[in-house]
Amino acid sequence: MNLYHYASPSTFYPWAGKLIPWFAALALILAAAGLYIGFFVAPTDFQQGEGYRIIFIHVPAAWMSMFIYVVMAFWSAIGLAFNTRQSFVMARALAPTGAMFTFVALWTGALWGKPMWGAWWVWDARLTSELILLFLYVGVMALQAAIDDPRRADRAGALLNLVGVINVPVIYFSVKWWNTLHQGASVSLTRAPSMAQTMLWGMLIMALAAWMYTIAVALARARTLTLERERQSEWVRARLEGQP
Amino acid sequence: MLRFLFTVVRRDVLLAARRRGDWLTAQFFFVIVVSMFPLGIGPEPGMLRTIGPGVVWVAALLASLLSLDRLFADDYRDGSLEQAMLSPCPMALLTLGKAIAHWVINGIPLLLIAPLLGIQFNLPAAALWILVLSLAIGTPILSLLGSIGAALTLGLRGGGALVTLLIMPLYVPALIFGAGAVEGVLSGSGSEAHLSLLGAFLVLSLLLAPWVSAMALKVSVE
Amino acid sequence: MPSMFSANELVCERGERLLFSNLGFDLSGGEALLVGGGNGRGKTSLLRILCGLSAPAAGTVRWRGEAIGRTRERYAREMAYLGHANGIKDDLSPMENLRIAAALNGRALDVAAATAALERIGLSRCLDLPARVLSFGQRRRVALAGLMTAGALLWILDEPLTGLDVEGVALVERMIRDHVVAGGLAVMTTHQPMTLDGLTPQTLSVGT
Repeated sequence: MNLYHYASPSTFYPWAGKLIPWFAALALILAAAGLYIGFFVAPTDFQQGEGYRIIFIHVPAAWMSMFIYVVMAFWSAIGLAFNTRQSFVMARALAPTGAMFTFVALWTGALWGKPMWGAWWVWDARLTSELILLFLYVGVMALQAAIDDPRRADRAGALLNLVGVINVPVIYFSVKWWNTLHQGASVSLTRAPSMAQTMLWGMLIMALAAWMYTIAVALARARTLTLERERQSEWVRARLEGQP
Repeated sequence: MLRFLFTVVRRDVLLAARRRGDWLTAQFFFVIVVSMFPLGIGPEPGMLRTIGPGVVWVAALLASLLSLDRLFADDYRDGSLEQAMLSPCPMALLTLGKAIAHWVINGIPLLLIAPLLGIQFNLPAAALWILVLSLAIGTPILSLLGSIGAALTLGLRGGGALVTLLIMPLYVPALIFGAGAVEGVLSGSGSEAHLSLLGAFLVLSLLLAPWVSAMALKVSVE
Repeated sequence: MPSMFSANELVCERGERLLFSNLGFDLSGGEALLVGGGNGRGKTSLLRILCGLSAPAAGTVRWRGEAIGRTRERYAREMAYLGHANGIKDDLSPMENLRIAAALNGRALDVAAATAALERIGLSRCLDLPARVLSFGQRRRVALAGLMTAGALLWILDEPLTGLDVEGVALVERMIRDHVVAGGLAVMTTHQPMTLDGLTPQTLSVGT
């Protein structure tokens, strides 16, 4: 079947190589457009001034951090269910990007928080969940790094990823509950109702740019991982010999 | 099937009884960690009462993690884990049994010690009772989720620190609902909601954790 | 005679290394298989695949004509595995070890039979000592006594003679021979020469 065709490393490798430049170019164009809208077109917020513009980076990064974790879990589940090695490679290739977006979301959150709340860090429900999500990413990556055998590393990481994805809603709910009980910050980072149309467009375009970037980077990383793992196989040797 | 489960639990409890030194270490760890906090923060009773539930709960998390990395490791080293995995009974029963044994050995003593530590933190009687109740519902969660981490890190270098890294984030809901229940009593807002949520989380862990750690064991032993 | 235990086209990879491929055999009741091959060739990996602890990269192992993954419960009841590690708990006495091993296998221990097995294997004086104080060879003997009481039809033994003295080796050889002559099956690896009176085991050489 077609899917199995693409699941084979020797097909994946050149195919991914062709796609990467397209996604990278799209990411650049969309990011440029999104940042232009965010910084020059979108109106100044009358309450928060110019500082709010960081949400054009913060919100897409936060979205991506959660999406990527779920996408990783999807690939992990496919890998465990159908025993397809390339799925594990995809899950593994996504993890550092997800962690990066989580970190960016936390960092921009702190930058936004300083002028708004007067503190770099506030135990706001969203920020706290994001912090725990960062721990979850680090956990998966640390586990995979600690295991030498790639087969075991893939499967162990995938299981932890799946446990994490079941837990994320529970964690988010519990943190939110904890936050309301302790009367945390009343200002939330995203204030959807009052958002101007252009702000929303800016954020959506930035989110799309982040998607394209993620796909490009994950494919590139997956290509490297594939090459490393398949270095004993015929097609890699043939390929390496063919190059000068 | 139940006999198998019972055998696994009884075996681990028997082994722990033969090695009381190891077992006592984990209990004293719990006591010492909790006692360090007033020394670091100061003896002001009001302040201690506020942080008390959280401190006892965090120490309980640490104490359960301390003994977790050996949950499967000893059996792995001497080959009895392989033998147990080759038993005709489903492997999820083995992991469930190991988690129950871990709770009996390490969780139940915490329930008995916790009120004493609560008194150190100036908690009133009603709060002490809820502290024990919340730990009674919550510590099995720690053993169940912890068994996943122990199975995943079986035989790895630096297993202990790694288990902490993997499992701590998963403990967050238990910590929030557990410590929250005691705070609920202190602030007068009640603890039923917290305890029910904690119970729901226990049910979820009970349903899923044994399967996942059985799969993790298979991956690790292969 | 119908085939009881067979494997075909087994492939085993460790990391990126191919340990062996296209390995197969066919055993009926009353037959033994001796697995040979140098260090690091995958003898232990093969035995772990045969007993179901790890999965082969390709190929199937069949017990009574069915893949072992599909007949797991029955296979587990009829098979006994002795690995490099003995599976003996240091803090328990030989008798307690056997009792727990039996219970984990879903059987009640026949105490008289277990005592007889421990005596036959030369541990009559150590019945109540914790295994911690026993020597390496004695602990191996406890594991072998467990094998005798398990009542399994198929024995999968990884280096059963390691750590045993001359008398112990003779004892184990006789034990395996009796088991096979009585209609049982045995698959084993060994570095030492093994003499099974009146039996010619099949041999299989592991390695690419």
